[in-house]
Amino acid sequence: MTTNTVDLVDYDEVLEKFDPVMGLEVHVELHTNTKMFCGCPTTFGGEPNTQVCPTCLGLPGALPVVNKIGVESAIRIGLALNCEIAEWCRFARKNYFYPDQPKNFQTSQYDEPIAFNGYLDVELDDGEIFRVEIERAHMEEDTGKSLHVGGADGRIHGADYSLLDYNRAGVPLIEIVTKTIEGTGERAPEVARAYVTALRDLLRALDVSDVRMDQGSMRCDVNLSLMPKGATVFGTRSETKNVNSLRSVERAVRYEMSRHAGVLLSGGSVVQETRHFDESDGSTRSGRLKETSEDYRYFPEPDLVPVAPSREWVEELRGTLPELPWQMRNRVQKEWNLSDAELRDLVNAGALDLIAATVKAGAPSGEARSWWVAYLTQQANTQGVDLADLAITPAQVARVIALVAAGDLTNKLARQVVDGVLAGEGEPDAVVESRGLKVVSDDGALLAAIDEALAAQPDVADKIRDGKVAAAGAIVGAVMKTTKGQADAKRVRELIIQRCS
Amino acid sequence: MSTEPPSITRDEVAHLARLARLTVSENELDVFAGQLGDILNAVAKVSEVAGADIPPTSHALPLTNVFREDVVRPGLTQEQALSGAPKSEDGRFAVPRILGEEA
Repeated sequence: MTTNTVDLVDYDEVLEKFDPVMGLEVHVELHTNTKMFCGCPTTFGGEPNTQVCPTCLGLPGALPVVNKIGVESAIRIGLALNCEIAEWCRFARKNYFYPDQPKNFQTSQYDEPIAFNGYLDVELDDGEIFRVEIERAHMEEDTGKSLHVGGADGRIHGADYSLLDYNRAGVPLIEIVTKTIEGTGERAPEVARAYVTALRDLLRALDVSDVRMDQGSMRCDVNLSLMPKGATVFGTRSETKNVNSLRSVERAVRYEMSRHAGVLLSGGSVVQETRHFDESDGSTRSGRLKETSEDYRYFPEPDLVPVAPSREWVEELRGTLPELPWQMRNRVQKEWNLSDAELRDLVNAGALDLIAATVKAGAPSGEARSWWVAYLTQQANTQGVDLADLAITPAQVARVIALVAAGDLTNKLARQVVDGVLAGEGEPDAVVESRGLKVVSDDGALLAAIDEALAAQPDVADKIRDGKVAAAGAIVGAVMKTTKGQADAKRVRELIIQRCS
Repeated sequence: MSTEPPSITRDEVAHLARLARLTVSENELDVFAGQLGDILNAVAKVSEVAGADIPPTSHALPLTNVFREDVVRPGLTQEQALSGAPKSEDGRFAVPRILGEEA
């Protein structure tokens, strides 16, 4: 086994001597009901080999049929990425011997991708826009999952044998490939991260995928090479596979820049190879030598007929594109009257889409913003998760806001309701019910508590009767105590003053 | 379109054998190089009759856009799926370890 013996070069020194060149390949699993070429379900987490059929197991005589939603999703993704859509294209077989595809080939697209020549404008942390050109987006299928048995660490080296689950084999994948990204300089890691983030937000808006990097429904491969300053020929690249979080994308680019520079400055040459990213320390390690595309012996898939989307169909699909993230940002900036800096803070905090969705679900924008950037951000930080991964939906937040607006909850009670939703206790209304959190709005019950408090503190009661209304605070406090905080303090105050006048 | 008769070298046969994970002896490399060359020559005859105006055929039927609705259809049970497997374990297909490769 190879170890990382190479010297890593300090990042500033890398940039003094080299320019980074990147290419990013993102695989996204579509959340169709069924696989790309057969009617097996695509749900995540089923018992092994229970979502399979003769087609996705590659049994003799089984024939594939293309999933229409898979093609529609590919076209919609292509359109959202400003791509041209092929008038005619075919699937191709990518031949390789590896047990994650029982057919011994992956059905993919080769020189006739369904979408090509597009771009995505990516906003960096300081608001600068960087245009990432898109080479192509093509349709293919996912592979099965391997489990390596024996050996020290569950990896293939030293394994005695492997176990295969084909539930995922055949799940529709769209592979989105950028053109070569140059001119980023020191911002290469940031551009890579910003691109994958923008792509994730776009795919989420299109509602074509769960885009969960932690569950593997979105995966990124990072191609990187270095060019000595002033050179015009690209260096040899490495391909770091399956970088599975936004932060890891940034780290992988940075690490590979330092590693490549170490190899080159010590007089060595970079090997064209696949590398694996190690989440624990942000390093990469050598995988297999990269096969060239000739080695895959691509040829047109003889079991499938060509896909020839009519221009009418493409335009119809263009009409189904939702408001895209950058359009939404422009709109809410105007509607909510946000400065560029305020907008950017919300975007960087991952809050903007959530707030917009909460507003869409009926909440006023001020309340929606306040919940997401204050209390919910605190909860996300405590749990160590991204805001979007909190176990509460924008619709649930909107419901809590509505309950406060209707006077059924105080802000304090509302936070307890949110805690309940986050703890998996169900919808807001169910949490109100089960935790008994409703505001005590029964004036009779409140008056009883008020009378009790006034009797207990006769001197305070006298002051209020003398017109020293400020003294009512002590009584409000006592009533809130007896109602366990479930009273509306404003209403209690009104009742106290009525009572003492 | 080349007019040279296609041929295949011994090294190319060795490379193809490696891609196909086949062990081929030194003697077989020569034999297969000759046989594969003959096959390529035979197939190349198509180019002699098909002019530039004839597009290559990849499918026998003149159809496009054959699609399936995105509706789940029953497949196989785990037991059925594994019934043809030489070896299985924990509901999964067991395959020999793969040396020198990593997905």
